[in-house]
Amino acid sequence: MTDRYDAIVVGAGHNGLVCAALLAKAGKQVLVLEANPQVGGAAITREFTDGYSVSACAHLLYQLQPEVRKELKLAPGLASENMATIALSEDGKHVRLSGDTVEGVSEDDAASYKRFRKRMTRFADLLRKYLNKAPPRLGTRDLKDLLTLGQLGFDIRRLGKEEMREFLRLIGMNIYDELDERFENPLLKGAISLDAVLGTHLGPRSPNTIMTYLYRHAGDHGRVATPKGGMGSVSEELAQAARSAGATIRTNMPVKRIIVENGRVTGAETEDGQRFDSYTVISNADPKRTVMDLVGAKHVETGFAQRIRHLRAKGNAAKLHLALDGLPTIAGLSKKDFAERIVIAPDEHYVERAFNPAKYGESSPHPVLEITFPSFRDTSLAPTGKHVMSAVVQYAPYELKGGWSDDAKDAFMRSVIRTIAKYAPDIEQRIKASELLTPADIEREFHITGGHWHHGELTLDQFLFVRPVSGAAQYRMPLDGLYLCGAGAHPGGGVSGAAGRNAARSILSREKVA
Amino acid sequence: MKTQQVHQGRLKTPFHSRLAAVDTVNEWHEWKGYSSADSLYCEDMEYFAIRNSTAVFDLTPMTKYRITGPDALAYLNRLVTRDMAKIRPGRVAYAVWCDDQGQVIDDGTIFHLREGEYRLCSQERHFAWLTASAIGFDVSITHETEDVAALAVQGPTSFSVLNKMGLDGLDQLKPFGLTHFDFEGTELMVSRTGFTADLGYELWIDPDKAEALWDALFAAGELYGIRAIGTHALEMARIEAGFLAAYMEFLPADETVRTGRSRSPLELGLDWLVDFKKPNFNGRRALADEKRNGSKWRLVKLDIEGNKPAHNSYIFANAKANKGEIGFITSAAWSPVCKQNIALGTVCTPHGKPGDSVWVEIYYQREMHWSRKMAKATVVDKPFWFPPRRGATPPGPC
Repeated sequence: MTDRYDAIVVGAGHNGLVCAALLAKAGKQVLVLEANPQVGGAAITREFTDGYSVSACAHLLYQLQPEVRKELKLAPGLASENMATIALSEDGKHVRLSGDTVEGVSEDDAASYKRFRKRMTRFADLLRKYLNKAPPRLGTRDLKDLLTLGQLGFDIRRLGKEEMREFLRLIGMNIYDELDERFENPLLKGAISLDAVLGTHLGPRSPNTIMTYLYRHAGDHGRVATPKGGMGSVSEELAQAARSAGATIRTNMPVKRIIVENGRVTGAETEDGQRFDSYTVISNADPKRTVMDLVGAKHVETGFAQRIRHLRAKGNAAKLHLALDGLPTIAGLSKKDFAERIVIAPDEHYVERAFNPAKYGESSPHPVLEITFPSFRDTSLAPTGKHVMSAVVQYAPYELKGGWSDDAKDAFMRSVIRTIAKYAPDIEQRIKASELLTPADIEREFHITGGHWHHGELTLDQFLFVRPVSGAAQYRMPLDGLYLCGAGAHPGGGVSGAAGRNAARSILSREKVA
Repeated sequence: MKTQQVHQGRLKTPFHSRLAAVDTVNEWHEWKGYSSADSLYCEDMEYFAIRNSTAVFDLTPMTKYRITGPDALAYLNRLVTRDMAKIRPGRVAYAVWCDDQGQVIDDGTIFHLREGEYRLCSQERHFAWLTASAIGFDVSITHETEDVAALAVQGPTSFSVLNKMGLDGLDQLKPFGLTHFDFEGTELMVSRTGFTADLGYELWIDPDKAEALWDALFAAGELYGIRAIGTHALEMARIEAGFLAAYMEFLPADETVRTGRSRSPLELGLDWLVDFKKPNFNGRRALADEKRNGSKWRLVKLDIEGNKPAHNSYIFANAKANKGEIGFITSAAWSPVCKQNIALGTVCTPHGKPGDSVWVEIYYQREMHWSRKMAKATVVDKPFWFPPRRGATPPGPC
């Protein structure tokens, strides 16, 4: 007994849900199969110890696209929005970044920062326009591709001669050089460096880190927020939108394989042997898992399989969750500052040095951190008076030398706590429970190959026309009926819904042509 | 870690001592690391050995891969464009393989040695591509060029020579068949294959027995006009046969940089090798598109008037040259056995249908001065040379 659907979405990550919701809205019979008991993929809220809940992977909302919000009528409740970034200094003289302003630096730096932000915002806006479109294919005569490509060229040109040059100069460059030219305050440079490298296997001196910075800011001008109830609430809302549009979502249904018969996709089979038929299977899983594991390399062509295999997708960011019996003491911070985003990246060299060992398969002895206390504004996450700390910690390479054994995890955990303790000396006494998710854990728990939150390094050689790989940038894979709708597809990771929406639009517009 | 000696300089094939013994002109070139003779004593005489008696060509440098494992057939079927399920053990298939864009990487022969065990032979090396293609398949791919010595024994008397050598039962071997014999306690594989479009065989043996095989072969062939030959003579026979050669009729797709410089099997006249009934093979999607939308190029066999070989010539649609060329010659020769001025070329469609007339601009030199001639040429369908004995089983004594 099998069921036939117009489309099957493999994985109920936020992109899968957006894609399913939009297809269902267009009148399609859609089935979503999710391996985990909860919808959301890496955008979930989870109790990690008795009474303490946290956004288990993605913890900040900074990219959910207005197009997605509008089309699905989403209005996620926010616990805090427009969060400032506080770059911690050991001496308590922190630097605070908020919008275009920065406090705690020289007048020159403050003015420089304004100029820097103005330019970056301009470039980020340009980029944002293209995050919400299927990237054009190169070397085709397809009118739509040519128009999009022409539009991109025109948009770059329209920046003006000087800004266009600047854009083209910066887009492949590293953030370190740019910061070195503009600013003197180390904390400021450290904080911007951190923004440029979060979630990547890159250091501030790696080429391409201006692009990753722009990408981060393209979402919502760099404004960050935390959803009420954690990231899971956004996914729940998306799932609700999908369900009310008529999509069926089934959890605890890990897909074993995407069925290929006679050279085309014909459905999906779950681990328990159930078979679901559809001539359209949209994978929210990462490209490697989708092609190499779920489909099988033998069903695609050699060149494509090889490109997918060579996709760089090794995560380097760990996630730390602490259950605290109270807020820690950090010199120079007022109580309300705990509502903001707090970073430990004392200078740009520190960030680069943290990255160095990661190149050789070692974790950072002095890691960089992006810290939030989501319970500060959202009491539902922790018992009264207690708090939850959620932090992204870099660098923790996926392929750690010797593997992520318990000892290796403990050692890294000690480095992290030692680092935090430099700023919050009482942190250790406050900890009631903790959870550290290395990229290996993220791979296992969220089924993301390499534990990379972008499903593939976000670099120019894996971006736009060539994301995830050349010849497959328009959500449609070179296998009839197979589509990609996750972070591995254009534009990339972050709870933006862009990939899911673009994929749905691609699928629907193809249908119109056919 | 396993270490392997890397050869310095040029390799000699296991037959080198025998080739050197008959060599008088000392003209050698490099073929995939080996010394290979252009010619041994006289190109023309060597050519006539192919067409009139028996020619022996050392094809040891030919690239050979052993493909084994439970998925060997599935692997090959994804690799090449034709349906390998139809090639039973003991049979050999000419095949072509493409990249994802449906552009030819190389052509070659695949020997189904025993159930699930194959040997792929080609002019060029392809280990990287074959290995990349193995992702997801349970196969093992071994490079065995150096482990197998091989001779082509071609020509009207070739069967008689091998029969005299004592290969009993060879008369039953059909074209593109292979069989095994015992040769002095070593397995000798004989396939009825070749590069000459005539009756002919290829012999495959352990390199240690190479010289003994050569000696036995030449002893048996003494009265049948057996002669060793070099690549120049073989090249003439190859053009007469209308066979393709890499770097002549096509460039391996993985070697081209400019778009449009590679060729698809459909553009090389190999439609019959492309089996769209197979659900997936490398290049299938692109080739299906090409089939629907039409090809850009067409390989042509040309019968050209006059006797001046049309080396490197442009091809025109009409006699008024200097503009509107439609293609160019890729291989050309005066064929002594056909008494024809023949060539292979590539022209853009819709030109070049069998029976079409085209014009070839031939430049030739006489006493230093160059002359130019527009020669009329007819596109022909069949190979220039295809004697009935090539397909006859038993081939009969000659």
